[in-house]
Amino acid sequence: MTVTIPAATAAPVAGPPAPVRRRRPRRSTPLTIAMFAALAYFLLPLFWLLVSSTKNTQDLFTTFGLWFSHSPQLLANIEAAVTYDGGVFVRWLLNTLLYAVVSAVGAALLAAAAGYGFAKFRFRGSTAWFNLVIGAVMVPTTALAIPTYLLFAQVGLVNTAWAVILPSLVNPFGLFLMRVYAQDAVPDQVIEAARIDGAGELRIFAGIALRMLAPGLVTVVLFTLVATWNNYFLPLIMLNDPKLYPVTVGLASWAAQAQNGGAGASSEMLPLVVTGSLLSIVPLVIAFLLLQRYWQSGLAAGSVKQ
Amino acid sequence: MSVVSAGPRRAGLLFVTPFMVLFLLLFLTPLGYAAYLSLFQHKLIGGTTFVGLDNYAKAVTDPQFLRGVLRVATFFVIQVPLMLVLALLFALALDSGLMRLARVVRLGIFVPYAVPSVVAALMWGYLYGPDYGPFAQLGRLLHVPVPRFLSETWMLGSLSNVVSWEFVGYNMIILYAALRSVSPELYEAAAVDGAGAWRIAWSIKLPALRPALVLTLLFSVIGSFQLFNEPKLLQPLAPDVIDSGFTANLYAYSLAFTGQQVNYAATVSFLLGLVIVAVSYGFLFASNRRRAV
Repeated sequence: MTVTIPAATAAPVAGPPAPVRRRRPRRSTPLTIAMFAALAYFLLPLFWLLVSSTKNTQDLFTTFGLWFSHSPQLLANIEAAVTYDGGVFVRWLLNTLLYAVVSAVGAALLAAAAGYGFAKFRFRGSTAWFNLVIGAVMVPTTALAIPTYLLFAQVGLVNTAWAVILPSLVNPFGLFLMRVYAQDAVPDQVIEAARIDGAGELRIFAGIALRMLAPGLVTVVLFTLVATWNNYFLPLIMLNDPKLYPVTVGLASWAAQAQNGGAGASSEMLPLVVTGSLLSIVPLVIAFLLLQRYWQSGLAAGSVKQ
Repeated sequence: MSVVSAGPRRAGLLFVTPFMVLFLLLFLTPLGYAAYLSLFQHKLIGGTTFVGLDNYAKAVTDPQFLRGVLRVATFFVIQVPLMLVLALLFALALDSGLMRLARVVRLGIFVPYAVPSVVAALMWGYLYGPDYGPFAQLGRLLHVPVPRFLSETWMLGSLSNVVSWEFVGYNMIILYAALRSVSPELYEAAAVDGAGAWRIAWSIKLPALRPALVLTLLFSVIGSFQLFNEPKLLQPLAPDVIDSGFTANLYAYSLAFTGQQVNYAATVSFLLGLVIVAVSYGFLFASNRRRAV
């Protein structure tokens, strides 16, 4: 298979882009207004979610959706969400945290080691193996999920935490990023010098190269973290024990209960779904805003250098 | 390509082996197993028998499967250009240096990417609601007719909106990052030659964005053709519109888990994967050829 994406050139990988000195053009008010209108659209559902999390069932149906009611009860809703059904929601959050962190750290380390191996060593079949993995970037994960489920069912892995974690450990795009990154971030002279000093290859990697790869590593961790945190299809098909659910599958099951019962019957579910949704996105949104520098640099490394 | 000359060859293998073993077990083996399963049929009477390519022959004439593929292809044609054009305009606006508070806007537009598609679909599902959704409420208040977002006519548009809401910011950041890596000397040289902002955007920025645009397009092909989460979450709100074969992936899912037709589900998954890989490589090929010309 011939693959054309990863024709990575040898230009240095962009870190967080250096502040570019440009002549400051005049600020445009119409443009600023237009972009704030766009911003309003992107924040609208989140604002709705925040407002709705303060309402009881009746207010959810009878008051205007985009403004607060007279009797806000955010704390009561949060309490209801985290104590419902013996605190199952907290368990879902912890499951998500476990799946996301183990997958992200594991995937990043595997991709870093392999990326370093492909970038700095030439061995028999290295080009062919690398191209094989890059070809897999195009294979959609969802199309792979049902086959993986069928295979895991054969070996008794379904309905375990491994069923969600193992498939997330293999990240072909992460390998591509790490190879591009390792190419330039770890100078050959450093490796040579360490060898002359008598360091073993593993020690060179763990003690020296890994630190130089850290920014790329963080990017892959973030990508996998978000992908696993937000994953729905894979855990949906792999798990049927609600105690193992991540928060996405759990929330969807609550939503199905709220809707199936009709508006009246199981109406106490609706505030739970809304408040649970809010609680589930808060950690990731905060992490996102704090770490946004890495997103940009990682995406730059992946997309610019084709 | 720089390769450490005296590097021990075995060390390279050592570093790539863990990844490659898992890749083999978790990527190639499921694909192979699905290919294997797709060659069999299971019947209540007679058990499992080898049927060659019968399942494929069935799938390519199966109206439900074809309808699902056609629907995601239509979705792709509607949603992806809209999303990428918006992402491109936003990236150019942010990069132009012409607006105030660009950082706030950039972060705000990017934030939906951190929201799980499950939550995104649930939120928009409630917002779309014909009874207590805020748009319907506003419409009643102002006596303005509001489209029935969850009806058959509007469903693909409504789904496009949810997916665009999630991913415009992500694509914008990819394009913005690519723009930031353009050397400022190019702009200065163009300005000296008398090029205006639009001319610079068209003649320097767009060509520089080409690889990044190809990348976003490829991710979008993969994303649209395996559309599942959003229709699955909106299904309970509009059960008459979104049936079990609404998208190709929903069809594969319901075959495997409701219909228990494991062999046929494997066939459909495998075919869907093939369609996606073919479309992706088609785009890649077209973009490379145009670059070569």
